[in-house]
Amino acid sequence: MTQEILDLTAPTLDRSFLVALAPDEKLRTCIQCGTCTASCASAYAMEYTPRQMWRMVQLGLKEEVLNSKTFWLCSTCYSCSVRCPRGIPLLETIGALKRMAIAERIGPYKESINFYRAFMDVVRRYGRVDELEFMTRYFLSTNIFSIIGYVPLGLAMLMHGKVTIKGGLRMAPRLVGISGAGRLDALFRKVEELEAEQ
Amino acid sequence: MRYFYYPGCSMSSSALEYDVSTKAVLGELGAEVVEVEDWTCCGASTAETVSFLLSLVLPARNLALAERMDGDGDFLVGCSACYTNHCKVGEHVKRDPRLLDKINAALSIEHLTYTGKVRVRHLLDVLANDFGPEAIAARVKRSLSALSVAPYYGCQIVRPYGLCDDSEYPTTMDEVLAATGAEVFPYAMKVKCCGGVLMTTKKDVALRLVGGLLQAAKGADCIVTVCPLCQMNLEAYQGDVSRYMGEDLHIPVLYLPQLLGLAFDLPREKLKLERNMASPRPVLDKLA
Repeated sequence: MTQEILDLTAPTLDRSFLVALAPDEKLRTCIQCGTCTASCASAYAMEYTPRQMWRMVQLGLKEEVLNSKTFWLCSTCYSCSVRCPRGIPLLETIGALKRMAIAERIGPYKESINFYRAFMDVVRRYGRVDELEFMTRYFLSTNIFSIIGYVPLGLAMLMHGKVTIKGGLRMAPRLVGISGAGRLDALFRKVEELEAEQ
Repeated sequence: MRYFYYPGCSMSSSALEYDVSTKAVLGELGAEVVEVEDWTCCGASTAETVSFLLSLVLPARNLALAERMDGDGDFLVGCSACYTNHCKVGEHVKRDPRLLDKINAALSIEHLTYTGKVRVRHLLDVLANDFGPEAIAARVKRSLSALSVAPYYGCQIVRPYGLCDDSEYPTTMDEVLAATGAEVFPYAMKVKCCGGVLMTTKKDVALRLVGGLLQAAKGADCIVTVCPLCQMNLEAYQGDVSRYMGEDLHIPVLYLPQLLGLAFDLPREKLKLERNMASPRPVLDKLA
């Protein structure tokens, strides 16, 4: 593997990146031991390993980190967090990275962003998640052809009674938006207000 | 013993067999299980990608509902992701007590208050510690000694909080399984990740992770899980995983209460094994 050369004198370095992500600044104490990378189930598929990414955050390489797929490949298994010898809450910082990438609409990984968005839309509207509706919203928002790969799974789920035709028909009017106010609208709005106050 | 039961979204729909068998097994053990009224989604691993506060308010809402219910009892969860999210509220409030005011300011819109007085428990924790292997062994009507069972714990039941077991080498499920007479398969991958939501967003990565889990279980008669997402990832993609890994990796995967239900000889409609996507037939044949 060729090593990418990062320009640490570039004017694009954002020194406030780390504080914005992790206000307690514990991340500054990272000793680059690599326990996070060794513990990470999906590190092999990342362009920057977790250890490399944390160093890049320390250095302020915001563009490079937010445009990478590293943090979208986190499956939230918490292995890095429980093993970090510095006790840095790494997974919480991954959460902050995802929030920042979504808020700033950065990152080429639309499927992950659409997945999270479709999920929270369903929670806000109904309070509970109907998995069939959520998956349909997700596939509609991403690449409608990607649904083809999941057709055998959908049929198998149907066969085992895990999704129902009735559920599918019930969902149809909701997908085109004929349905009243969301079940958790008020709570979501209140949380938005409280966060804006900060 | 009394529990305020939070089924969560999966156990109310695609993982109904986990819900039904959980209630049947706890009923057999003499537990009183009362569903939390008007519960809503805990936010899964998704709410925190939208808002940190929301990721605490959603589970706090359910805990506040349980606090309002009559009598004493613990908050019982079967899904490991729901479990971690509900534990997370108390852990964060302990670290930063100012969060309590914020959470309650949000909940006031629904006329709810969260104090943290209800303890969050996972089904496995309750089975292993409130009832224990002896009480379970006493209910066994059909020994599972013909079976070698791989206990799969997954991630979020033992990490990050590890409230009911060791985060690196948990043993509570091993003890519960041994109480049925089953041989506990030495399962090196018991706390390795199944990929979680990556099965939908980055399928190749998740197929490889599940491939490793299924390979390590070769030689066992079945795998047992305690989480709907783990169960789905382990059982629903076995064809894809086998092709991806270049070897046949089909194996039955059962929820822990389904297996306990077989040992207790509970009626089949309480176990709903026909809903399992990897055929449980080899397990049933061995027990016949």
